[in-house]
Amino acid sequence: MILTATKISKSFGEATNQTYALREVSFAVDFGEMLYIVGPSGSGKTTLLSIISGILRPDDGDVVVKDVDIWKLGSDALAGFRLQTIGFVFQDYHLFPRLTTLENVAIPLILRREPWDKSLTEARKTLQVVGLAEKENLPPYKLSGGEQKRVAIARAIVAQPDLLIFDEPTASLDGDTGRKIVAFVKEHILNAQRAIIIVTHDSRIYEYATRIIRMEDGRIVPGTGADHEK
Amino acid sequence: MNGLLRIALKLLLNDKGKFATLVIGITFSVFLMMQMTSMFSGILYQSAANIVNVGARMWVMDPAVQTPQNSIPMPNYVLDSVRSIPGVKFAVPFYVGAGLVKLNDGTYQSATIIGLDDASLFGRPTIISGSIMDIYQNNAFIMVKDANYAKLGSPKIGTSFEINDHRAVVVALAHTPVPGLFGLPTLYTTYNRATQDLPSTRYLISYILVQPKSTQNIAAIEQQVKQLGYLALTDQQFITRNDRFYEFQTGMGTNILIMTLISFLVGLSIAGETFYMFVLDNLEHFGALKAIGAKSGELIQMIVFQSLVVGFLGFGFGVLLSSTMIAIAKLKIANYAAMVTYENLFLAFIMVLIISAFSSYIGIRKVIRIDPFDVFRG
Repeated sequence: MILTATKISKSFGEATNQTYALREVSFAVDFGEMLYIVGPSGSGKTTLLSIISGILRPDDGDVVVKDVDIWKLGSDALAGFRLQTIGFVFQDYHLFPRLTTLENVAIPLILRREPWDKSLTEARKTLQVVGLAEKENLPPYKLSGGEQKRVAIARAIVAQPDLLIFDEPTASLDGDTGRKIVAFVKEHILNAQRAIIIVTHDSRIYEYATRIIRMEDGRIVPGTGADHEK
Repeated sequence: MNGLLRIALKLLLNDKGKFATLVIGITFSVFLMMQMTSMFSGILYQSAANIVNVGARMWVMDPAVQTPQNSIPMPNYVLDSVRSIPGVKFAVPFYVGAGLVKLNDGTYQSATIIGLDDASLFGRPTIISGSIMDIYQNNAFIMVKDANYAKLGSPKIGTSFEINDHRAVVVALAHTPVPGLFGLPTLYTTYNRATQDLPSTRYLISYILVQPKSTQNIAAIEQQVKQLGYLALTDQQFITRNDRFYEFQTGMGTNILIMTLISFLVGLSIAGETFYMFVLDNLEHFGALKAIGAKSGELIQMIVFQSLVVGFLGFGFGVLLSSTMIAIAKLKIANYAAMVTYENLFLAFIMVLIISAFSSYIGIRKVIRIDPFDVFRG
């Protein structure tokens, strides 16, 4: 297993205003999987994604990624762990508009203190993988939505992380572009040494999942893929 | 350069509008601070012109004297008493006063008259034309060729005019290192001629110039002079006394300080606000970096680096601008009292560091508080 989440609970607010985002959620992800977490807005998908990727601390429960209980790490160690192990593709991309596409892709390597030139060389190779080699010197805002998404994917994979986290990968893309992006990810990015977790409520891309977990009201809907069923 | 700092630099430089606003804001602030403090330094420096130009190691004066321009005459016995103090190598009388020069065209011009000890001519200026020995000729005066030289009609050797109704003849032209503050031409003559030709009080000696036998004797000489009821200061102490007078007893120092503080606040507010907006613009990206795995310390490093870059650039441009302005003004305006000193530079540099630290602080506060979870929430 690359990830095991056990009895994750999370609430927001206090006393009478307290709302439960997650209630004792447990599931596991294996290498080579492309796991979807789906559900309506407010079902707890994003909260779960944040907790399993080491960004939001749970009230209760454990998250073990590659045999490391991540919530037992200190904040700097956790940041280092995320950098080494997890690649993120955010819903809004969060690309730096003042940097070139190439420099944006190189950021995880630069954060890992790799030399500047080496980071750019690796980033260039990764841009070739996502088919944007010729756009390396453009700022991200000059690219189309689909291209920006591919740049964000390139940034997520450039440091060869074992776990990739996608937050709404088809949001703000037309249906065809969205499908192409996800198909590309499954075909070229997913491999036996890596797992991909995708949070989405876009049913048009469900066909690419190896397993789907459905969430409602902070819980995994019984009978959906928490136990490796699709 | 560290890759993260390189990214920080690119983020800064590529936001051309804010980068220019930041640098121009700090440049303007440094320029104003440098102008204010340089002007004050120039005033202080030129107000002490006599002390520097004469070059005496020690000065004896009435205790009420604050600046070299405002002497209080002392009786002759003080000179004899000072000469008899052990540790005094020699002591000579020195006269400083104002004379009214009537030029050949009938116009009048005030001038500073300096009377040098007849025997030693101690404190004499550097002669650039003529001979120092001609000072002993009848009615002889040596004219200082500085920015105020033209006010006496640019006299040549042999030119004559009247000083306080006495005939005066220019016998030599001289140079002094520091121009006076008040824009008056300066004439040197002997002590005896100065005290004879210029209206005087009962006592005549403006200052007694003292050369101690060694530095170790200075404290004892100061003590002995104090017992006489007078004040003995080294040249540096006299300059400091003069500085303190202008700083604290004329209001000039307070005004300059207020103007400097206003300049500082202008820079602080422009840089602080612009840098804050710059950080706000990049906040979500800093959040994304945090989510990806950047440590808070690394983000702080980036912000401090960015604020130092604009601070140092602003400081450099500000110093360059103010130095250029002062240099041009000195070429165009005779006696322009302004000088860039290491103290001015240091003060401006400290102010810039404070501006950078403040800008960093407000940026860091914002970045430290950003929760990477917000990046997911959108």
